[in-house]
Amino acid sequence: MTYNFAAIVPELMLIIGEPILMLTASTMGRRATKITTWGTVALLIAATIAALVGTEPSSAGPLFGGLLSADPFAVYGKALIYLSAAVAIIAANSWFARDDEHGPEYPILILLATVGMSVMVSATNMITLYVGLELNSLSAYILASYRRTDARSAEAGLKYFVLGALASGILLYGISLLYGFTGSTQFSAIAAALGRDEAMGIGLLLGLVFTLSGLAFKISAVPFHMWTPDVYEGSPTPVTTFFASAPKVAAVLLATRVCIEALGPAIDAWRQIIIFAALASIFLGAIAAWGQTNIKRLLAYSSINNIGFVLIGLAAGGAAGVSAVLFYMAIYVVMTLGAFLVVLNLRNAAGEPVEAIDALKGLSSRRPGMAAALAVFMFSLAGIPPLFGFWPKLMVFNAAVEQGLFALAVAGILGTVVGAFYYLKIVKVMYFDEAEEELHYACGNLEAAFIGLFALIVSPLGYLLIGPIGSAADNAAGALF
Amino acid sequence: MIGIFAFYLFATLTILSGILVIFARNPVHSVLWLIVAFFNAAGLMLLLGAEFIALLLVMVYVGAVAVLFLFIVMMLDIDFAKLRSGFTRNLPIGLLIALVLLAEMLIAITAANSGPLIGDQPASTAQSNLSAMGELMYTRYLVPFELSGIILLVAMIGAIVLTHRDRGDVRGQKIHHQVRRDPEEAIRMTTPESGKGVEL
Amino acid sequence: MQTSIILIVFLPLLAAIVAGLGGRIIGKFASKLVTTGALFLSCILSWPIFIGFLTGAETETVVPVLDWIRSGDMVVDWALRVDTLTAVMLVVVTTVSSLVHLYSWGYMEEDPSQPRFFSYLSLFTFAMLMLVTADSLVQMFFGWEGVGLASYLLIGFWYHKPSANAAAMKAFVVNRVGDFGFSLGIFGVFLVFGTVSIPAILEAAPGAVGTEIGFAGMRVDTLTLLCLLLFVGAMGKSAQLGLHTWLPDAMEGPTPVSALIHAATMVTAGVFMVCRLSPLFDAAPGALEVVTYVGAATALFAATVGTVQNDIKRVIAYSTCSQLGYMFFAAGVGAYGAAMFHLFTHAFFKALLFLGAGSVIHAMHHEQDMRYYGALRKEIPLTFWAMIFGTLAITGVGIIGIFGFAGFYSKDAIIESAYAAAVMGGGNVSAGFAFAIALIAALLTSFYSWRLIFLTFYGKARWASSEHVQHALHGHHEDESEVVADHDSADDHPVAVREGTGGYHPHESPWSMLVPLGALTIGAIFAGYAFYYPFFGTEEGAAFWAGSLVHNAELVEAAHHVPLWVKLSPALVMLIGLGIAYNNYIRKPKNPAKFVAMFGGLHTFLMHKWYFDELYNLIFVKPAMWIGRIFWKRGDEQTIDRFGPHGAATAVGWGNRLTARLQSGYLYSYALVMLLGLIAAASWAYWWAR
Repeated sequence: MTYNFAAIVPELMLIIGEPILMLTASTMGRRATKITTWGTVALLIAATIAALVGTEPSSAGPLFGGLLSADPFAVYGKALIYLSAAVAIIAANSWFARDDEHGPEYPILILLATVGMSVMVSATNMITLYVGLELNSLSAYILASYRRTDARSAEAGLKYFVLGALASGILLYGISLLYGFTGSTQFSAIAAALGRDEAMGIGLLLGLVFTLSGLAFKISAVPFHMWTPDVYEGSPTPVTTFFASAPKVAAVLLATRVCIEALGPAIDAWRQIIIFAALASIFLGAIAAWGQTNIKRLLAYSSINNIGFVLIGLAAGGAAGVSAVLFYMAIYVVMTLGAFLVVLNLRNAAGEPVEAIDALKGLSSRRPGMAAALAVFMFSLAGIPPLFGFWPKLMVFNAAVEQGLFALAVAGILGTVVGAFYYLKIVKVMYFDEAEEELHYACGNLEAAFIGLFALIVSPLGYLLIGPIGSAADNAAGALF
Repeated sequence: MIGIFAFYLFATLTILSGILVIFARNPVHSVLWLIVAFFNAAGLMLLLGAEFIALLLVMVYVGAVAVLFLFIVMMLDIDFAKLRSGFTRNLPIGLLIALVLLAEMLIAITAANSGPLIGDQPASTAQSNLSAMGELMYTRYLVPFELSGIILLVAMIGAIVLTHRDRGDVRGQKIHHQVRRDPEEAIRMTTPESGKGVEL
Repeated sequence: MQTSIILIVFLPLLAAIVAGLGGRIIGKFASKLVTTGALFLSCILSWPIFIGFLTGAETETVVPVLDWIRSGDMVVDWALRVDTLTAVMLVVVTTVSSLVHLYSWGYMEEDPSQPRFFSYLSLFTFAMLMLVTADSLVQMFFGWEGVGLASYLLIGFWYHKPSANAAAMKAFVVNRVGDFGFSLGIFGVFLVFGTVSIPAILEAAPGAVGTEIGFAGMRVDTLTLLCLLLFVGAMGKSAQLGLHTWLPDAMEGPTPVSALIHAATMVTAGVFMVCRLSPLFDAAPGALEVVTYVGAATALFAATVGTVQNDIKRVIAYSTCSQLGYMFFAAGVGAYGAAMFHLFTHAFFKALLFLGAGSVIHAMHHEQDMRYYGALRKEIPLTFWAMIFGTLAITGVGIIGIFGFAGFYSKDAIIESAYAAAVMGGGNVSAGFAFAIALIAALLTSFYSWRLIFLTFYGKARWASSEHVQHALHGHHEDESEVVADHDSADDHPVAVREGTGGYHPHESPWSMLVPLGALTIGAIFAGYAFYYPFFGTEEGAAFWAGSLVHNAELVEAAHHVPLWVKLSPALVMLIGLGIAYNNYIRKPKNPAKFVAMFGGLHTFLMHKWYFDELYNLIFVKPAMWIGRIFWKRGDEQTIDRFGPHGAATAVGWGNRLTARLQSGYLYSYALVMLLGLIAAASWAYWWAR
């Protein structure tokens, strides 16, 4: 057996860089946090470049006896994950710094979670999949309860952990069934066995159901979404920012790869499940977000809602569907990070972070730029046409229509209408309501630049990016077929 | 014959002790039942010829994990009776779900003919299972193995992050502070005028 | 020429955007300057093009702007088409528009929202230019709707006045009827010819002669149907009998608007459209006959109503309506050149009359009732002379062969064409009818025009009891003891008029209003004399129009050689009208009252505008309101809202409470939901595997 380490250079950089950073930090005293923060950001950027540059076709195939793959699909996911993780770290920097709770461990944990996610998007074997998933999950549990003195944070971590363990159990059971009935944990071997077997046995079907259920937990698709609002609300806001971005990308890409590469021949079996989850997520996300008063909770439901649209693309299947999923995730990450960056910079008079939607009242008059940016993100998340958020929605509906799933597309469009309501509610609160209390927005230059950049990407100007992102997504989707 | 008898003995005992873990009123008893379950599971492994895993089970789970559990259960002051108060109320629906799941799993398992069961492949006897596992772990499954190591690292960091704290209300001796102490900043030379005193 | 065409059309749009969106920033002076400047530039660029066509130096030019719609067979390109017909319209539109812009500096001086006003004016001009340069019917429809919108905005410019809002809405709704016909016509044209490009349609038109098409369950002649549908659109926009009711009410808008939109340009769009599509109409004699009858009927109807109006602007509005009728039946008898000629001269003298009336109204502090005028010729002499020239032009004063005012040439051309058409080729009943009506209407025109002059400028001053003048004298103190003048002066309620000036002396308007009056006066005097032969000569006409409309040389030649009595008859009826007016309003001012007493029924009939509004109210408005109320209450509120938005909102609220209950915060309930989901999926898998 030969090991092609060249193909996993990005992961190796992160794995090797991590102890170096940690050891350096331990000797740096007060500056440790700064060192790990910027060191991690630098590592992530370097890994992104390595991932993008280092993909020769020769190394793209199965690695380590088929445990991993560094195909364009994985590269697309890695680039997205590394960059959004870097943004999440930067966003956390100033937020924690003001509370004096930041520690050098925070970026390290995100870095380790990123390694896990990296493995998730590259995994082509159930075992690697599970290990990557757990690496990411465990880091996430710790991050959720990072502010351990805060009861809500601790509760979020505990809930996340217990439910995550349940989901892991379900996933493992599913994997073991698949292994038992196909004789392999290899995606390609599972697909081959499924293809051979004309009439799918109930054992295989059950394995498929359990596996997908376990993965659905990670992407917080209904009905495995229950943890999302509580964890998003309870976790420190920078952690929520992180949860809503990179891990979602990793989980969606992982689910996509499993569905296409491992379970591809059984598309008729899982399509129904995915369609149900998609519609349930869209409508539940839209309906439940309606009465929320906490903006983080609202964004949690927004993420459930958006995952529903992504699943429409997955349900469509085929290169077009997968490409739509990938495109959607790229834009979704930008919109979500932008919205969270604004939320991160909300402070009340005492400098406490503010999370109530009512706190946004009158934002337009005091911070017009911030309000305009948030409005752009909200309109875009709602998928209102001139903004970029409209395009990925169009793509997934298009993919669904191409596969003849008209009812699904129509239902999805209806869901968009229902969902638009609460996004617009935020805009209304910002622009039409009078402020009740004084708010402070001490937004750092770097964050302001990020908010501006993301707003620009999401604005109609973003349509210029359709070309590059679209071809990257098409290329990545092509790797699965 | 004796093998079959042993299998059913171990299996029955495992399931029974598993049930008792849940239903035991005293949490210490629960942990003890858990140890019984681990032992029986180890017995099952032995029957399969996986003596290494059987020993690991006894050493790690019984020797370390279960003992740790015992410590924690004994040290934590938790009123389990109170936690269980809703137990019987939620029992029917819990049982229903459990039964449905059990039924579905049973059907799945009994449908063994619907796919190639892994048990068809005879275990290789040329290698001891210790060396077989070692070879798999350090060659074919190197990556997941290393990643498992990183998971443990995360667990370690997490444990430190979540439990280690600087307690401001406790005065401890900070030796490195004392050693680092510089005369220049520790001593101040003043010549006070008479009757004015020293500013502190 | 290409660049200047682009500039002519898009400068007003640019100015409208600048003044409309940036009016608050750049202030009113800059807004006025930008819009007026842009219009004058357009005007200066337009005249050389027109002169180029006069001298034959220019030929038809099409400037492509952009591809607009490509959908299957439907291809609509955005192109600016300038031929002789368009060139005529270009100078009319830009000249009148720029003068009206200038005039508005003075007239709207005290208005608080001047940038808005000027922006609307420029926007209107852009839409009108879009209409006249249209290369396809869809593009024309764009301009058509654009001028409709601008007209709506400008009629309702003083939106705090309920009557202005009502008038704006009325104009919009009545125009919808016409636009519906127009759009049906466009659909029909596309159906028959497979294109909406005007040159292509005109080229294909002869091929469709004699074909039939199914419409509303009947088999009808294709071209007749298409032309009639299109003509319905023209009727709406040009306020022809039946769809005319909005035009008098549109006088609620500021007077410069009336001059620009409701006299000189927009209302002539229908005439322009018929002329633009003249090859199509010419191939449908049946439709032309309808055009003739409708035009003639309108000319008569509006002239009769005009004789009894008391509001100075309404008199001119009905006069406009009547003159449009002239243009239509000229087109109907096949004298498109004469129709365009009258359109051209009418633009000048009618704009002049409106602006003159505006000057009077300005002098009289927005008193519009002529019964409160009198003896104004000494107070505002320049306005008086402008109005005199305008009246000379509209009544068609002139001596054959020597010189005449603008209307003399154009109106005579129409009347002679009607006669020629009537006797030509074995007689044409509709043309004969039109000829007879034309003479009667000319008499009435002369009567009401001179009546206006005499009531306004001669006799004794009668504005002592005018409410508006009282306001001007006493600031805004309401004086209850004063006789309150009737607001709706179109009403026939006798008003208590006291003679005397009440101590008020009207003042002449500022130069910004007088300069446009002067410029238009020149047009009203010379426009006919200068352009008679190009527009209506046999040879010269053919050369000038150069195929941009159907030039029936035979008819024009015949019109030039009608018997002398036909040529003299317009002058004769004009003199009779003048005589009656002089007799009743200068010599014996008590006569009108006696007349009203004697023929009360007839007077009431005319005063109520032939009861059109009442009739429409009864058969259209009330049932429409009734149906509308049913749709609103039953259909919208109780069905669509209840099950649509409100129902959805309720359902969402209900669902929201349900999800909130599920999201209890307890771990076990979360795990329960997850397991239930798992079981459901697994059970589905069992069911599916069967």
